[in-house]
Amino acid sequence: MGSDTTPIGRAPGPPAPPDPDSCDGVVELVTEYLDGALDAEVRARFEAHLAACDGCDVYLEQMRATIAAAGRVGVEGLAPGTLDGLVAAYRAARGA
Amino acid sequence: MPATPDPAFQPTPDDLALVAALRNGDERAFSGIVEQLNGPLLRLARLYVATGATAEEVVQETWLGVLRGLDRFEGRASFRTWVFRIATNRAMTRGRRERRDIPLSALLDPADDPGGPAVEPERFLPPGAQWAGHWAVPPERWAPDVEAHLLTKETRALIEASIEELAPAQRIVMTLRDVEGWDADEVCAALEITPGNQRVLLHRARSRVRAALERHFRAAGPA
Repeated sequence: MGSDTTPIGRAPGPPAPPDPDSCDGVVELVTEYLDGALDAEVRARFEAHLAACDGCDVYLEQMRATIAAAGRVGVEGLAPGTLDGLVAAYRAARGA
Repeated sequence: MPATPDPAFQPTPDDLALVAALRNGDERAFSGIVEQLNGPLLRLARLYVATGATAEEVVQETWLGVLRGLDRFEGRASFRTWVFRIATNRAMTRGRRERRDIPLSALLDPADDPGGPAVEPERFLPPGAQWAGHWAVPPERWAPDVEAHLLTKETRALIEASIEELAPAQRIVMTLRDVEGWDADEVCAALEITPGNQRVLLHRARSRVRAALERHFRAAGPA
């Protein structure tokens, strides 16, 4: 028997990195992919998977659409009184 | 682990022009930068303070700090990173009074952030199945007119609401990256977080907002 105590099944510790060959891994790698942060080998497997998998292709497209749509959300407006007050403070500090 | 300042940082010509205008008393430059950064600064402040009203006070103090410090700005970080640092300091002081004396990097630690997978595990084939981990319920292609739907007031409001519902750490990162269009490096510098942590928070945020859109389009059933 000795000291061979390697546990079978899930070992404790950090979770395994997402697997670019499986769909549940691809959905976790999308942000790294879009940021160009995947290493070349993982990126190649990710892209090969995408080419063969309609579901993941759609998923990536939806993430891109989500990001684009977020860019069109207006940032909350500033209460006019707030801006006027700050500009007055600026004028007092800097103005001629 | 806070990101360390980049010793090789060079201010951009845009930043130099902005700071010169601000030092010169250019009111339009000042109100422009206030309009651009006020919303993100409120979200940053909300990481530290309990109420929207206190966050507004923190942001107000930040702008007054910017006015006082303008002549001392040395361009070792971008102008907006510098403004964020001032806001972080103000918010921390305020948070200390509210007993939230925590460094920004800890508030933005993904380990303390509600994580979870990007997509519900039930949508994939279970372990043991042939094709385990592949889609059981794949996403449906959004209709070609979804681009137009994404522009409607209703959908914009939905995206805004789902960003608003995110955990604060996810919300600030997605606001800066996707709503404001900052690049990853600048978000890391302004929030003093590592690229890896920044990406984890962004990924969780985007995944949740995508899921909200998917539910919306499925319910509305466009085309």
